[in-house]
Amino acid sequence: MLRFIVRRLIQMAGVVVVLSLLLFLWFKALPGGTVSAMLGERATPERRRELEQALGLDQPLWVQYWNYIKRVATGNFGPSNGVLPGRDAFEVFLSRFPATIELATLAILIAVLIGIPLGYFAARRRDSWIDNLSVMGSLVGVAVPVFFLAFMLKHWFAVELNWLPVSGRQDPTMDATRVTGFFVLDGILTQEWDAAWDALKHLILPALALASIPFAVIFRITRASVLDVVEEDYVRTANAKGLTSRIIRGRHILRNALLPVVTTIGLQTGALLAGAVLTERVFSYTGIGQALAIAIEVKDYPVLQVLIMAAAAVYVVVNLLVDITYAIIDPRIRTR
Amino acid sequence: MTPSPDRRRFGDSKKDRIDALAQTAGSTAGGAQGGTVMTVADAGRVSGGEGQSLIASAWKRLRRNPVFLTGAAITFVFIVLAIIGPWIAPYDPVAQPLLSQVRRQTNPVPGPQPGFPLGGDDVGRDLLSRLLVGGRQTLIVGVLATLGGLFGGLTLGTLAGAIGGWVDSLVMRIVDVMLSIPGLILAVSIAAIAASPSQTTVIIAIAVVQIPIFARLLRGSMLAQRASDHVLAARALGVKPHAIVFRHMLPNSLGPVIVQATLVLATAIIEAAGLSFLGLGNPDDRQPEWGQMLGQAQNYVSDYPHLAIYPALCIIVVALGFTLMGESLREALDPKSRR
Repeated sequence: MLRFIVRRLIQMAGVVVVLSLLLFLWFKALPGGTVSAMLGERATPERRRELEQALGLDQPLWVQYWNYIKRVATGNFGPSNGVLPGRDAFEVFLSRFPATIELATLAILIAVLIGIPLGYFAARRRDSWIDNLSVMGSLVGVAVPVFFLAFMLKHWFAVELNWLPVSGRQDPTMDATRVTGFFVLDGILTQEWDAAWDALKHLILPALALASIPFAVIFRITRASVLDVVEEDYVRTANAKGLTSRIIRGRHILRNALLPVVTTIGLQTGALLAGAVLTERVFSYTGIGQALAIAIEVKDYPVLQVLIMAAAAVYVVVNLLVDITYAIIDPRIRTR
Repeated sequence: MTPSPDRRRFGDSKKDRIDALAQTAGSTAGGAQGGTVMTVADAGRVSGGEGQSLIASAWKRLRRNPVFLTGAAITFVFIVLAIIGPWIAPYDPVAQPLLSQVRRQTNPVPGPQPGFPLGGDDVGRDLLSRLLVGGRQTLIVGVLATLGGLFGGLTLGTLAGAIGGWVDSLVMRIVDVMLSIPGLILAVSIAAIAASPSQTTVIIAIAVVQIPIFARLLRGSMLAQRASDHVLAARALGVKPHAIVFRHMLPNSLGPVIVQATLVLATAIIEAAGLSFLGLGNPDDRQPEWGQMLGQAQNYVSDYPHLAIYPALCIIVVALGFTLMGESLREALDPKSRR
């Protein structure tokens, strides 16, 4: 097991190194280059040369790359020049990250808690109306642009019906104590129940929009996987030797059918991060997705760089954790 | 299922899915090459004793599959619309017949009225005409982005799978990294390099995102075939290596590639809308495109949701059409589902 984890960590390091190289080259390829990005188009040649020397841009490319790695490893991506001017770009990421974790967690919870049971029931009642309807629903769920769904949810439930708040993370007039940066958790920790409830209400609509694609994918994988497993010999054997249907369902069908679903959940982190960029913008929810959307608009390249790297890092780490979980619950992976 | 089971790497789960599709390449080999070659598993299932190629039997099942037929019908209507749209549109998509009704403060979006069943947009252009004309650009964006990704992936995947060795390792490391960045975020980073966004940058950004998927698919099916009998036979006959790759291996990989391309068409159109929404879309709206119309509608969406709903519905229906077609094709070509 330990060897498995170490091997995966080494592979991950390889991915991160290549990724940093690509990001370095990407930063160099930006319109006008780093200097123009920092000084603007109308800087004088002397000023440009000064800055180039200060940044070490007159040195060979591999020296620049090495310096870049040293800076990135210490979290120094340079100051933000648009999203939160003057603040360090990495700080922007840190201050925004809890909000997105909160949102993504609720979204994946919704997707899992609806997707897996529905997938199971659809498979057990194959070709019934509930099966056909939910399969159709999952196909439509993938076809709807996430931000359009977010618009519509906001329009119906926040603007027209006025059931839920329109935007933000919490009512600004609410004087909530900050502990962790996770607003719902903060409210629970400090026992400010109204603050926790308000933060949760702000989460519901964006989380629903964000959950649409992971839900559709998890539902379909669960359904296909259950359909595969019920035809296996061991399920027939279990039936033949007279096990109760509860044991067959829990121990033989669900346990085996959920293996591929576990990896799928990890993969959905990617969809969540990409979806967060769109959803958070619609709801003015101040997470990393919204920061990324603003960074694009105002061309805040240091922040953009941090966020792209962070998105990739989160995705890689989550998938590593998922693969380890998978190796724990499915011993065949380790022995192969 | 995995080609090298002892060396699982990061993100293998995503790769397994692509590789599983690649495996079906081997099974279409019979259909494309010999016509009557069957795998052992198939042999027991075909009734009547007559041999039947996978493609022929897939077509037989598809013809009666309502899911496939619905998808195909939507796609057909979409393509016809893309061709004849500009002729059936009542107005020129750039003319502003309703400009006189646009009041910046009180009424920025003219409502439906005789002659303009859907009303106008924020500069007084006829919404219906723009929707009818917009199909063409949407199709162009989707098809070009898919072709771009297909071409890049085909090149990389064929190189990796056919040459192997260090070329394979190098190509696959790059592909792994590209797969490790969430699709839309990768597209955003590529689109951000361009000095000013345009239709071309949108197409390039979306195409690049699709490259790793096609590359893995192609490589997987190349590897699966390298050990197969028909390649061995060709080699024994003295067929030149490049001819084996281009005439024997590539044609056999096309089944899963077509399936994937159909599904990618849907994502490409949706991602183009996402880029527009983030301000990285084509700002030149003289030639309307649905994703662009949807992205630009965001400023008025709270008061005039119909401005977003119409282009969004068009996108949803078309994306659904491609998805239905792709999924039923995948099922039909998968030998496991031949029950």
